[in-house]
Amino acid sequence: MSANSTSRRAPLLALYAVFVFAFIYSPIVVLVLYSFNRDGVGGFPPRHFTLNWYTQLFADSSIWDSVLNSLMVAAGSVALSLTLGLLAALALDRADFPGKALFRRLVLLPLILPGIITGLSLLMFAVFAGVQLRLLTVFWGHGTALISVATTELFAGLQKLDRAQEEASLDLGATPWQTFWRITLPNLKLSLIAAALLIFTLSMDEIAVTFFLIGRDNTLPLEIWARLRLGITPEINAISTLIFAVSVALIVIWYRLRARSLGDRSQEFLEQLGETS
Amino acid sequence: MYSRAYKSVVSVPPLLWVAAFLLLPYALMFAHSLWAVREGIIVHHWNLNNYKTLFTNPVYLEVLSRTLRIAASVTICSILLGYPLAYYLAFHAGTRKELLYQLVIVPLWVSYLVRGYAWKTILGSDGVLNGFLQYLHLTHEPVGFFLYSPFAVVLMLTHIYTPFVFLPIYAALEHIPRPLLEASQDLGAGSLQTFWRVILPLSMPGLLAGATFAFVLSLGDFLAPLLVGGPSGTMIANVVQSLFGAAFDWPLGAAISVGILVITISLLFLS
Repeated sequence: MSANSTSRRAPLLALYAVFVFAFIYSPIVVLVLYSFNRDGVGGFPPRHFTLNWYTQLFADSSIWDSVLNSLMVAAGSVALSLTLGLLAALALDRADFPGKALFRRLVLLPLILPGIITGLSLLMFAVFAGVQLRLLTVFWGHGTALISVATTELFAGLQKLDRAQEEASLDLGATPWQTFWRITLPNLKLSLIAAALLIFTLSMDEIAVTFFLIGRDNTLPLEIWARLRLGITPEINAISTLIFAVSVALIVIWYRLRARSLGDRSQEFLEQLGETS
Repeated sequence: MYSRAYKSVVSVPPLLWVAAFLLLPYALMFAHSLWAVREGIIVHHWNLNNYKTLFTNPVYLEVLSRTLRIAASVTICSILLGYPLAYYLAFHAGTRKELLYQLVIVPLWVSYLVRGYAWKTILGSDGVLNGFLQYLHLTHEPVGFFLYSPFAVVLMLTHIYTPFVFLPIYAALEHIPRPLLEASQDLGAGSLQTFWRVILPLSMPGLLAGATFAFVLSLGDFLAPLLVGGPSGTMIANVVQSLFGAAFDWPLGAAISVGILVITISLLFLS
């Protein structure tokens, strides 16, 4: 009796869940729907289907310049924060050094604090150092702030790692460098991909820190922001719909990757080592 | 098992980077809050006047109390939406659980700005909601108060943080050992009693984590008020932003930022 009492029907609760989902999804549905509406955003119901807003969008070179800027910043941020985050995760996992507790908290601050505080702190630093604001400062800001995400993801990955494999590799005569490349890194592959995807998305979407570090060249969110100040145009619905589509595609790719079993390369390497020694 | 060289190679670069580009900037923020502006120039004259202004000027106190009210409303609304949803998924969704869980996650990947923009197009006086209401003949004139109000800010931020609040609550509910619930029912407790005495206390850590997250991030938000808040929806971070912009009083702006930082960190320590 008790087993099915925990999974029995709860029609009221189910109805409420439908309502919450409707609340979560209605703005997204409205956004997509009106990107195809000839009469623009507003009014109800949307009456005439058109692709004009998309044609207009594809001809809009300043939007695409900003997309390119965002892609460059995001790719750079992934490289920077993943490298430093991996080192930081390794350091937190295996080294003891003075100020370790402080370091652990400090790295996480940009993730916890409102973006405006990190953004302004970095702005003050840039001004103090006499650096001119441009795309490079945005990349620096994103890369630094997102070390938090990389460290968290990779530290969790390291904690789950089978330490015996590394010990075996070292015992069998591999150098620490070889062990890192052939054992540690392959085993962290999934966490690395997850962190990279997350950092890429967060950087593409970042606005609070970017707001204060941007120079003359806009990233996509800041380009959209600048246009919003001038008023609503369905072109923004069109670009937003495309961003949404790309995000969903990324999520699907991520789940495919996770589902596929990742061949255990490190085990092969250990067997090779065993044969040669 | 790791050599001294290995340990220095992995710890020195991130340590230096974080010290130079996080610790130093945050310290600089704190230093600015103790400086002053004279004739449009920041002077390194150490004093506590900025904090005195912050605590005595009624304008700042009013904006701060409005900000706290908005952040609290967002937190409560997100819990009211997120908790029942998490409860439904954890205990009643059956085989659709995994799919529904993914459906909550997907909007997290949709740009913050895009969602804010969507609300702007929905709530505006010639927006989608007004069009809908007139289509149903519920109203005959556009309703003006949807957009540019604290209500719009709460709505937009609730929409953004509900999935964030849902996640830790759902994780906590999933971790409750099912035999505990059976024991409670077998010993004669009703569903409601089981919820109050067993489920709610056991999911409290998740609830607190989600609530803290929603509260802290709403507290420092300056984009939602700019997008949908209007003058009556101005929050404390907007004051900071204007002090760093047109008003050019970085030291006072820095003092308010330090205030936000202190509230944030003490809340995180408490929860």
